[in-house]
Amino acid sequence: MERPAWAPRSIDISVPSVARIYDYYLGGSHNFEVDREAARRAMEFMPGLPKIMQANRAFMRRAVRYAAGEGITQFLDIGSGIPTYGNVHEVAQTASPGARVVYVDHDPVAVAHSQAVLEGNENAGVVAADLRKPGEILSSPQVEQLIDLKRPVALLLVAILHFVEDADDPYGAVAQLSDALAPGSMLVLTHASYEGIPLPPERAGGTVDVYKDLRNPLIMRSREEIARFFEGYDMVEPGLVPMPVWRPDTAPEDEDPYAFSGFAGVGRTA
Amino acid sequence: MIAEPDGPEDRLRRFATIWSRAVYPATSTSLTRPEFEELLLPLARRLSGALRARTFDAAEGRAVGAALVDAHCTDPEALSRALDCVDAYLVLYCGDDRPQEDLRARSARLQHAMAAGFAQALRARTLAEQESIAQAALRAQGVVAQALHASEARFRAVFEGAAIGIGIADLDGNVLEVNGALTRMFGGSEQNVRGRNVREWTHADDAPQVWRLYEELVRGEREHYHVEKAFYRPDGTVLWTNLTVSLLRDPDGNPQYQLALMEDTTERRLLNLRLRYEATHDALTGLPNRTLFFERLEKVLSAGEGQRFGLCYLDLDGFKTINDSLGHAAGDRLLVEVADRLQACATAPGEMVARLGGDEFVALTTGPDTQREVDELAARIMNALVAPISVDGRELTVRGSIGVVEGAAGERSAAEVLRSADITMYRAKSAGGNRFEVADAEADARAITRHGLTTALPTALERGEFFIEYQPLVHLGDGSVRGAEALVRWLHPQHGVLGPDRFIPLAEHTGLIVPLGRWVLEQSVRQARDWRERYAGTPSAPLRINVNLSPCQLTHPGLVQDTVEILQAEGVAPDALCLEVTESALIGADDDLLKPLRRLAEMGVDIALDDFGTGYSNLANLRRLPVSILKLDRSFTQSMQQFPADPVDLKIVEGIVSLAHSLDLAVTVEGVETGAQAEQLRILGCDTAQGWYYARPGPPERLHELALADATP
Repeated sequence: MERPAWAPRSIDISVPSVARIYDYYLGGSHNFEVDREAARRAMEFMPGLPKIMQANRAFMRRAVRYAAGEGITQFLDIGSGIPTYGNVHEVAQTASPGARVVYVDHDPVAVAHSQAVLEGNENAGVVAADLRKPGEILSSPQVEQLIDLKRPVALLLVAILHFVEDADDPYGAVAQLSDALAPGSMLVLTHASYEGIPLPPERAGGTVDVYKDLRNPLIMRSREEIARFFEGYDMVEPGLVPMPVWRPDTAPEDEDPYAFSGFAGVGRTA
Repeated sequence: MIAEPDGPEDRLRRFATIWSRAVYPATSTSLTRPEFEELLLPLARRLSGALRARTFDAAEGRAVGAALVDAHCTDPEALSRALDCVDAYLVLYCGDDRPQEDLRARSARLQHAMAAGFAQALRARTLAEQESIAQAALRAQGVVAQALHASEARFRAVFEGAAIGIGIADLDGNVLEVNGALTRMFGGSEQNVRGRNVREWTHADDAPQVWRLYEELVRGEREHYHVEKAFYRPDGTVLWTNLTVSLLRDPDGNPQYQLALMEDTTERRLLNLRLRYEATHDALTGLPNRTLFFERLEKVLSAGEGQRFGLCYLDLDGFKTINDSLGHAAGDRLLVEVADRLQACATAPGEMVARLGGDEFVALTTGPDTQREVDELAARIMNALVAPISVDGRELTVRGSIGVVEGAAGERSAAEVLRSADITMYRAKSAGGNRFEVADAEADARAITRHGLTTALPTALERGEFFIEYQPLVHLGDGSVRGAEALVRWLHPQHGVLGPDRFIPLAEHTGLIVPLGRWVLEQSVRQARDWRERYAGTPSAPLRINVNLSPCQLTHPGLVQDTVEILQAEGVAPDALCLEVTESALIGADDDLLKPLRRLAEMGVDIALDDFGTGYSNLANLRRLPVSILKLDRSFTQSMQQFPADPVDLKIVEGIVSLAHSLDLAVTVEGVETGAQAEQLRILGCDTAQGWYYARPGPPERLHELALADATP
């Protein structure tokens, strides 16, 4: 029998959470020993994991600023995780005061934490929902209240799609979300890939196995497969590239080699 | 602020640049390195200020250490690198003309303070973040708990409000929880159910598998079962339920509880029993009806080897008369009394009495010695009917005829047994009634054929199983074919071709003779028309068709009109038709009966008196009858087959012929089989003849050949 929507999954903090692991990579303490233990195991195979996360954050910051610079004032960040310093709403609302941000995550702890952080911020909200059910996101009261779907939106799918297995139809979910967006909207996306990791794939595969054990499998996709998420979008220059290469503020060659793992890109609908 | 090259501001900036380059790789900030440098510049300024202040204040170092944590440098490696950088470059870029030792001492104290400030801030930040994530987890759990509470409240409402009884017991059978509906089913008091053990609830009517299924379920070998089960309520009444029991397992799949869903079917069951009773019992007498009787009989007959049965089939003699004369109400009261008496006759185990309908009853015995028992049963029944029955103050004498069948199970179907009993009962009835007869196979077989043919007759006509053969009628004077007698045949799917003697009496009995006779007339008249068309213009006389009329047709009011219509429809003149009526059918005929024949005769249809000489042959009567032909029975011609013929027979035939001729009647003889006979009959003055000597009955084409042969001498 399928679980009714009104009966959420129980919360078991003895099970590691990808959101809290991410926070640990970023030097935060919004995590528990189980999360740190899992993160340390993953880092045994890829010591530079924190640098990849940092590069993700830096890319997201540049992309949000870019979108704000292009006049976008609405941001939908799916898979937002635990909000830390330099979050989307901070960047966006600094660049464009009054910008509206809706965070979406399916981790109830991350959602509860986001609610606490965003308390008093009338232009930001958080939704407990799952990327695999885009309809629930689009019809949530927070989206209806904060986002005007008739105007352009920046849809942020940063470091989330590699947690959606093909069986759950990530392409369909992205397409369904994209269909709901007005012309001029942007898709901001990063995705893990064996391409660009400064390690042989067998070694990087150790990290994939750790995530598999967490029942949050990490799906490595090729550049070509990642490019398919942008179907219907015009790629913003320089296209789908390693994160440090996307419209850098400083010389990419100064970046840590791990920062070049995976791909990042921004697309815009006509 | 524009920095003068190598001025203090420029040197401060260079220090910040070096510092940011050293620390940046160890931070987790999302700022770029230049942005990070901008963040460090004021910190560098504070360090520089503290280094050169008139009175040294180490608190500045603590503030800078804390600021590093705020700038997301939470990794101890970042602190280590920062301290290395301060140690190596602070005095170099930010020192003044004070003694180097003083400056180095101040730098060391600032580094200590930075480390302390960093540690304090990191500790505070870590604790705060731990606190906030723990709070978030707690809040999230609260949300879930609330949702679970809401969901449990809903389930509780469903559980309590359900119309169906729900109960949960552990695997030892201890009832843990029941809802209101279940409690009410058991009489309304919770202690009747909760805390009891499921295994106590045995009932005499439990199907054998009920407890086997239960054991399988609690052992974890079965996920659920569904049974109809009865329970004793505390007040002793019975609760009937549709019971579904399911096994509940824990998350690891181990059996944990059993869940029972119960639907109270007591009322429905009672209603079903009543409906079943009504469907299986006769409303008037309360006896089992045909349905129930057949069920019982079929059960007995399928019981297998060794089982025997005895059956009495009773039909009251003259019941119709009672009904007709005293009315149905009186008839019904009589039947009720008969039913009561019959029931008193069959009280032993294995005996039953049923009413099949009308005044037909059956009694069944299945005891150990049915041969003797069924005789005694029949005798008891006859005896029970001896005493007159009092209805509306009249003493009515009731008699009955009984057909008795006794036999072994497994040989015949219930329907066959009952038919045999029915036939035997009729035998008793035709033997005068008020007696019982025992079935015997031979008598059955005869009757069964009659019976079978009778019931098959109506569909036979619909299916076109009848056909007509024609036997020529030949003029004795010149040997020419003058016509033919139509003889109906039945091509029976099982019995083959049957002659009229086999089925005409049955058709008479059932009334089917009227549509059958009409069909024969239509076919024959159509045939006559064919012949007339074929021989139009030939020298031979027009052929005539003889069709037999049964006594039943004779009295049918539509006879004249039907005949006229058929003749007109085919465009055939009445004189092409001759209707044959048996002498016996006209015995004692009054004018009413003769009127239609007269009408037909007046129209020109010939009427022949068939089988003449077999009945009373009331010669005086001949004058009154509208007949124009006498057909002498074949018994007269049989004696003429020998040579010389019996002179007395010759005299009789001669006399009849002469009498007939004097009354202006033509004479036809049947059964002519030899040339000698034919010659003799010609000499005696007979007009026409038919018989095997000329032709057996056959298809119409054969007559055509004969007529042609006759036309070409």
